Order: sequence, then structure tokens, then C-alpha cells
Amino acid sequence: MKTLSISALLLAGLCILGPARAQDAPKPDAKRLEEVTKAMWPKTPEGWEKRISYDETQAVCSQFRNDLPQAEFDKVRARELATIKLPADGKVMGDWKAGQRFANDGRGGTFTDRPMTNGANCYACHQMDRFELSYGTLGPSLVNYGKDRKYAAEEAKAAYAKIYNSMAVMPCSTMPRFGYHGFLTEQQMKDLTAFLFDPESPVNK
Amino acid sequence: MRVFMALAMSITLGAGLARAQQPVDTEKELEKYRQMMSDPMSNPGFLNVDRGEVLWAQKRGSKNASLEACDLGEGPGKLEGAFAKLPRFFADTGKVMDLEQRLAHCMETQQGLDMADIIRRRFGAPGRTSDMEDLVAFIANKSSGMKYSAPLAHPKEKEAFAIGQELFFRRSDFMDFSCATCHAEEGKRIRLQGLPQLNKAGKDAQATMGSWPTYRVSQSQTRTMQHRLWDCYRQMRSPEPVYLSEGLTALTLYLVKQAEGGEIQVPSIKR
Ligand code: HEC
Ligand code: HEC
Repeated sequence: MKTLSISALLLAGLCILGPARAQDAPKPDAKRLEEVTKAMWPKTPEGWEKRISYDETQAVCSQFRNDLPQAEFDKVRARELATIKLPADGKVMGDWKAGQRFANDGRGGTFTDRPMTNGANCYACHQMDRFELSYGTLGPSLVNYGKDRKYAAEEAKAAYAKIYNSMAVMPCSTMPRFGYHGFLTEQQMKDLTAFLFDPESPVNK
Repeated sequence: MRVFMALAMSITLGAGLARAQQPVDTEKELEKYRQMMSDPMSNPGFLNVDRGEVLWAQKRGSKNASLEACDLGEGPGKLEGAFAKLPRFFADTGKVMDLEQRLAHCMETQQGLDMADIIRRRFGAPGRTSDMEDLVAFIANKSSGMKYSAPLAHPKEKEAFAIGQELFFRRSDFMDFSCATCHAEEGKRIRLQGLPQLNKAGKDAQATMGSWPTYRVSQSQTRTMQHRLWDCYRQMRSPEPVYLSEGLTALTLYLVKQAEGGEIQVPSIKR
């Protein structure tokens, strides 16, 4: 929690006094947990070295169930912000049509997929083009995203950064850090930014 | 069976037409479909139950023994209600085990079966039946109409629960996902797929856990919880978790605890 009001503190107190919640189970012994986790994935599959991560940010988000105390929140934001690489040519806008395709594509990256260009699958969590009805609700609607921001260049740059590393804006966000992990390429992220910010994109129609 | 195939087809094709459909209608269609398909006469999952019954009694393996002396927690050979209390602690192994781990233990120690073969066939595919899926369907069905209970009386059960909870929230790998990413809020969906909330006790967890094992129409196979978790880790872009590993059992115990009091009706049938 960032700033806890007195009433929130009271409520939290009441929950603890209420019926025992499964959530409140004590943490397991750290060494046992590591042993069990290791036994689930005893060896790194070939080619997976870079994709298997349990970095500091993931650890702290897991530990605090994604609800960080202020000091941790600031630390994560600063750390994640430092990872963002904007395109060298300074251009964040690619081809919105390609972006539309990636936003819809959920293939790639699983242990049953062969190596391929990963889809971004933004629709898994976001509404984007209002005529595409197969969208998820884990993230906010992005309908009219560019239009609502008056197609401002600074806003497009911020969206590129958001896609690159969602946690630089919102530590422990549900949204994957697509650029940080190298899940999407620079070109894909440009195309997705254009999908959000091109006036011709169906997102803004 | 023909009606069943036609329905399966229309559901699959329906998914491609999502652009033109209202999400609400899709949900209604699925509900109608779910009701029809919980009928044992048209649910292919009951073929697994029948095969499992044969496998249970059949003398096999290097010890030419059946599984009838296998103790699933309620005493040797006692099947009624055994599934409803799993995973649980077993004194003879000193471990908390789920149904599949316990079956594997009995197959190995009492029957002397070739475990490499059992594990190779852990997930059924066209032309390849799975002894595990058959036995789990048969044994879990003997708890139909009963309610899950997970008292966590033994310290090892408490420990397994705590580990399961940590794994549920453990964010990792390429996509920063944890189980909580998709299963810790009420009423969310990914694309059009509804996501049950599984981090708290209640109706979502009860309805979910009370319906596994299930016949998956999309895969034409009866699947167990081990397979469900394998598939969720796949979607999370994690490497393949080891079948029958302790962590998967810990996660299952965590989920069963949230589903405590929920009624078991299995094998069910799902998308
Ligand atoms: C697993 C879920 C998930 C996926 C996949 C996902 N997002 Fe998000 N996204 C979220 C959530 C949750 C938020 C709100 C919290 C936050 O700001 O991080 C969000 C926020 C955003 C925002 C900021 C919205 C604002 O309020 O200004 C943008 C832009 C965005 N996402 C774009 C994308 C794009 C483009 C993709 C695909 C490359 C994508 N997202 C994939 C969950 C997701
Ligand atoms: C990226 C999203 C995502 C993540 C992460 C995820 N799941 Fe799921 N889960 C789903 C979807 C989607 C379904 C429904 C799939 C279907 O019906 O085909 C599902 C289904 C399930 C079900 C069965 C639900 C039912 O009603 O039958 C269980 C149990 C489950 N998940 C547990 C987990 C656990 C435990 C984890 C972590 C190891 C996890 N999930 C991680 C998306 C996810």
C-alpha cells in the first residue's frame, strides 16, 4: 500500500480478526521452497537460458503479492526505468497494420512452439479496435488511445516505453515487460505503438 | 456421439467468428452446452472411468499384482471418498502426495510396472491411452457427490500448502506471469475465456476444482489436474514443469484448500 488511511488500517485489522483466511498462512522455509522449485525445473532446456528469469523485481513483486510498500515501489520504478532503450533513430512509430497483426497474435514462446516471431497478444488483456470483440479485461480498454492523447509525439514515446517495460510506470504491473525480456523486437514495438497512435489505425476510429 | 461432435465443431468454429458475436451470447451458448454435456451418456470421460476400473483390478507388472492393495489414504483398496481428501500426507513415504503421485508409487512398489512407459503415456493422445488419466477418472468418480476437505492437520500438509501459495504468486520467466496474474481477481477474462478466481476460498475455486478431472472437448481427452497445471505453465511461457513433482502437488493442495466444501462431480466436460 502506498498511503494507508486510518480507515484502511482499521479494515485490514478487521480482516485479520475475521475468519482465518487462507492467505494468511505463514511463509514456507525459504530453503525448502527453493528445493521444491528447483525440482519442478531441474535443468534449463537448451536455448532457454535467457528466458528463465527470477530477477529482483519478480522476487519482490512475488513477496509482496504485487502490492509494494512505498520504498520498494520507488526502488523498482527507478530500476525498471533504467532498462528502457528507445529506438536509436528516435522514431517510435512503425506500421500500424503490422501492429494490428501482432496485437492479435498469441502464438510463440511456449515449450510446445517451435522458434518463431512471438505474437504480442495485447487483445488477451485489452480492448483495442472496438470492432474486435474477442478481447480480455485484465487491462484497461485502449480504444481511442492515440486520439484521446491528441496524437502527441511525447505520448507515443511514453506508450513505446510502456510496452518496453510496463513496470517503469507501474511496478508489479500485470502487463509483461515485453522489451526488457526481449519477447518483442524493436520493430514490433514500433508497429504496436503505431497501432495505438496512427490516426488511420482502427484503434482511433 | 454424433450430436456431441457436431456441437464440438460449432463451438470451435464459433471461436473464429468472435468478431461478429456478442461475448454475452457466447457465454450463454457455452452454459447450455455445459449442461447437456454433464450427462454421463454423452460424456466420453466415462469411457476413461470404465477403462480405469479394468486397470485397477488387472494383475500387471513384474510382480503380477493388481492395484487393489493400494492405499489412497482411506485404507488399502478403499476408493469411496479417497479423492476428496487428496493431496494428503502419507506416513509410508513421508510425503504429501496427490492422486497421481500416489498411483505412481503403488504402480512402482506393488506392481513393478515400467514407470518410464507410464510417464511417457501420462497425457493421452490420438491412438495412445493414458493409464493415469483412466485410473484418475475411475477413482475420482468414486468421490462424485462428495465434498473436498483439506484439514491440513499434518505439519507437512501445512508446509505443502504454504509452498503452493508461494508458487501461486511466483512471478517469473519471459512474461513475468504468475498464477495470480490470471486467477486473483473476480470476473476477469483473457480474450473471451472467463478466468476463475483461485486465490480465495469460494464458489469459483469450488466450481473449478469440483470439475476436475474433465473431458476436454478441444483436446478430445480426459485431463487431470497435473495436465491443467502443465498447460497453465505452458501458457505462462515457463519451461515444462516435471510431471509428479512436489511443487505441482503443493499447488494442487493450495487449490483444493480454496475449494474446500465444494462438491465433486467428475469426470465433467469442458471446452
Ligand atoms: C497480461 C495482461 C496484459 C497484456 C498481455 C498486455 N497488457 Fe497492457 N496493461 C495491462 C494492465 C493490467 C495495465 C494497467 C496497469 C499498468 O499501467 O501497468 C496495462 C496498461 C497498458 C497501457 C497504459 C494504459 C494507460 O492507462 O495509459 C498501455 C498503452 C498498454 N497496456 C498497452 C499494451 C500493449 C500494446 C500490449 C501488447 C504488446 C499490452 N498492453 C499487453 C495488462 C496487459
Ligand atoms: C496467462 C494466463 C494464465 C496464467 C498465468 C495461468 N492460467 Fe490457469 N487458466 C488460464 C485460462 C485461459 C484457463 C481456461 C483455459 C481453458 O478453459 O481452456 C485457465 C484454467 C485454469 C484452471 C481450470 C479452470 C476450470 O474452470 O476448469 C486451473 C485450476 C488453473 N487455470 C490454475 C492455474 C494455476 C495454478 C496457474 C499457475 C501455475 C495458472 N492457472 C496460470 C489462464 C492462465
